[in-house]
Amino acid sequence: MSLQPIQDPGLPTHVHRKADTDPKAAKRAEQQVALLFLTSALGTILFIFSYVGIPQDQLIFLPILGTTNAHQLFLGLGLAISLFFIGMGAVHWAKTLMPDHEVVDVRKEQRSKDEDRAAFVATIKEQGATAGLGRRTLIKRTLGLSLGLAGLSPLLMLRDCSAELPGDELAQTNWRAGTRLLTDPGDRPIKPGDLEVGAVAQVLPLLPAGRKRTLNDIAKDALLLIRIRPEEFNLDTERLSWTYQGIIAFSKICSHMGCAVALYEQSTKHLLCPCHQSTFDVTRAAKVIFGPAARPLPQLPISVDSEGYLVASAPFNEAVGPSYWERDSE
Amino acid sequence: MKARERAAGAVANYLDERTGAAKWMKKTLTKVFPDHWSFMLGEIVLYSFIILLLSGTFLTFWFDPSMREVEYEGSYEPLEGVHMSAAYASTLHISFDVRGGLLMRQIHHWAALIFLAAMVAHLLRVFFTGAFRKPREMNWIIGVGLLTLGIVEGFLGYSLPDDLLSGTGIRIAEAIMQAIPVVGSYLSYFVFGGAFPGELFIPRIYTAHVLLIPGIFLALITAHLMLVWYQKHTQYPGPGRTEKNVVGYPLLPVYMAKAGGFFFIVFGFTAFLGAVAQINPIWVYGPYTPAQIGAGSQPDWYMGWLDGLVRMSPPIETHALGYTISWNILIPGLIIPGILFTLMALYPFIESWMTGDKREHHLLDRPRNNPNRTAIGAMALTFVLVTLINGGNDLLAVHFDLSINQIMWFSRIGVFVLPPIAFVVTKRICLALQRADREMVLHGKEMGRLVMLPHGEFIEVHEPLSPQKAYQLTSHEQLPALAAPETDERGVALPKGIRQRMKARWSRAASEQVAKPTVEELKEIEHH
Repeated sequence: MSLQPIQDPGLPTHVHRKADTDPKAAKRAEQQVALLFLTSALGTILFIFSYVGIPQDQLIFLPILGTTNAHQLFLGLGLAISLFFIGMGAVHWAKTLMPDHEVVDVRKEQRSKDEDRAAFVATIKEQGATAGLGRRTLIKRTLGLSLGLAGLSPLLMLRDCSAELPGDELAQTNWRAGTRLLTDPGDRPIKPGDLEVGAVAQVLPLLPAGRKRTLNDIAKDALLLIRIRPEEFNLDTERLSWTYQGIIAFSKICSHMGCAVALYEQSTKHLLCPCHQSTFDVTRAAKVIFGPAARPLPQLPISVDSEGYLVASAPFNEAVGPSYWERDSE
Repeated sequence: MKARERAAGAVANYLDERTGAAKWMKKTLTKVFPDHWSFMLGEIVLYSFIILLLSGTFLTFWFDPSMREVEYEGSYEPLEGVHMSAAYASTLHISFDVRGGLLMRQIHHWAALIFLAAMVAHLLRVFFTGAFRKPREMNWIIGVGLLTLGIVEGFLGYSLPDDLLSGTGIRIAEAIMQAIPVVGSYLSYFVFGGAFPGELFIPRIYTAHVLLIPGIFLALITAHLMLVWYQKHTQYPGPGRTEKNVVGYPLLPVYMAKAGGFFFIVFGFTAFLGAVAQINPIWVYGPYTPAQIGAGSQPDWYMGWLDGLVRMSPPIETHALGYTISWNILIPGLIIPGILFTLMALYPFIESWMTGDKREHHLLDRPRNNPNRTAIGAMALTFVLVTLINGGNDLLAVHFDLSINQIMWFSRIGVFVLPPIAFVVTKRICLALQRADREMVLHGKEMGRLVMLPHGEFIEVHEPLSPQKAYQLTSHEQLPALAAPETDERGVALPKGIRQRMKARWSRAASEQVAKPTVEELKEIEHH
């Protein structure tokens, strides 16, 4: 213990409140508490009135709040008043009228007395010995084994949380060679002429007849179609051959964490993911130029079919979306 | 005896004859609780938990935790005929077709935000006053567990409506799962029941959100409060308050009235927010589809620091032998939060190892009187603040007309540079405040009154402190640094291991103080 240079002067002397000595002040405090409780009662009445009296679609204009739903607003205000003032009343009551003498209680060390601790250890040893846990090692070991094995069963039970295992499904999409590109929304096939220079479109693959599109499909198939002037591309010959008349197609699912890469800046030809601001350069095959994404967006080779509609000329050559352990990214 | 008293007596008699509770109740009802505004922070957490249970139960009466596709036919016209999940449609139903439904949704969401904010504030109070020291380390760990669960519970909660924003959050959570080496894609498949998004995760997280996690919460909160009760509350130092006593108000009636009243105040305030402050307007976002997103997508604030870490991460992935490791997700999404929360949970033990202090403590520290701890806290807080700022970098860029790239680079550098600066500055401020306390005790309070002496000299009149105030400023203890042991008990020289040296170094840092006035110094002053 370090030295205390000034001795403890002890608890300060108790100062009486006005209401403790002056009956008039006490009466006033009582009335204030009653007023607070009454305000709460009025709040409940407002609450009931709003519930039955204000139509649910009634709008009201208020400064600051703007146009807002009157039913929900007054219901809420009624509830707030009714609860808040019960609390205020109780606290005011406690502060003005209930005894305000501070009380001192002793505090004992948490540690038990030495003899209790010794007795406790002795009991454990004694009771443990009667069970023979220390002696009967065979029982001890087999019990350990059975408990350990039993612990596996709940884990096994979780196996059917998913009927299918990943396999190579994460690397598959519905894009095949010859799959038509459909507008989303609208589900119409697109011709190159439908897309002006500078335009962006979201497209999805035409699915085999009778197959309904699910969110699982969209989560992997979503594609961005961007048209720029062909001379603006800065691509190698292979990647250039994957474009068609300045139209280039990228997976819309971010290679970082799977958000939709939805923001396209026409002037810089950059794609930006709103989740974590990874920025991709469209002219350089969606090369990452800023942010946490480590890989470009996968590019889909496109061309036109015999009727002049845009189609995929091959599937994606890599998995779309965020990385995972088995993903071959080399 | 009045009839009322007789009735009360009969009830008490009935209960005591069956439980023998009278003795315990007598002690309990007069149990002493120290009073201080900062002790209310934990209460706010408890009360918002109750508000969450009440408002959440109301919401479950209509919420349909299903991903079945339905066509919307409710009264919100802009979405008329749109295909969406039953979860989203039922959330719209609660918002537009159940009387008071929107109010309850907003109260529930606000209560969740307050729940977590109050938890963090309570944690900071406990940390900076040293309330986590022996014998309360276990309660500190329970608290860290509650905070972790609270973050998860909040995230699951705002994911349930299956709107565009929350679905995006789930997608990110899926990417974090997938990034775990070896088992990632399997883990994600087991959670989602197959490929993302599937049709199972809303019912699954619903069970976790309304049953599993609240159940664990209830158990942990009970344990947390029982320990507070059993170990008795800590108190701030001051005249008459010692390590051996508790000074405060008895449970009945004062504390009960104040605490009970405070519950209603918190509930009333939350209801007020629910009435006037719109939050999570899911009808604006639209139903979830993986191909769309809103600009300025933001998680709730308690996830913001994690998102900020992910945003500032450099683009590093390892590609080798046909496998991929996403360091850009693993490090900010799992490794750093894991290290942070582990260090936080272990802090009571780290501090006691540093200072060699293994005694019980029931008197709280003023933050300035433990400069090292306060500086460590400021360092951690600065780290989280920088990451939180980066989590809102897109909004900051828009509102303050800044470049997102610059904010990102500020955060990337700041997250390394600013926390150590915060440590040093905070420590110096604490020491300066100690020095000011010391001056005040020795020379009294400056009164701002100048007096000219007959020979022309000006002096400022100082007023001596009251004995109470002087005691308060000098009663804290100042532990000396641990000496690194040089020889063992038999006198053989010890090789100064790196651990010993580190401990001595840390102990020296932890014991850096401005010496408080000594008895001699005070005596000397008196003679003047």
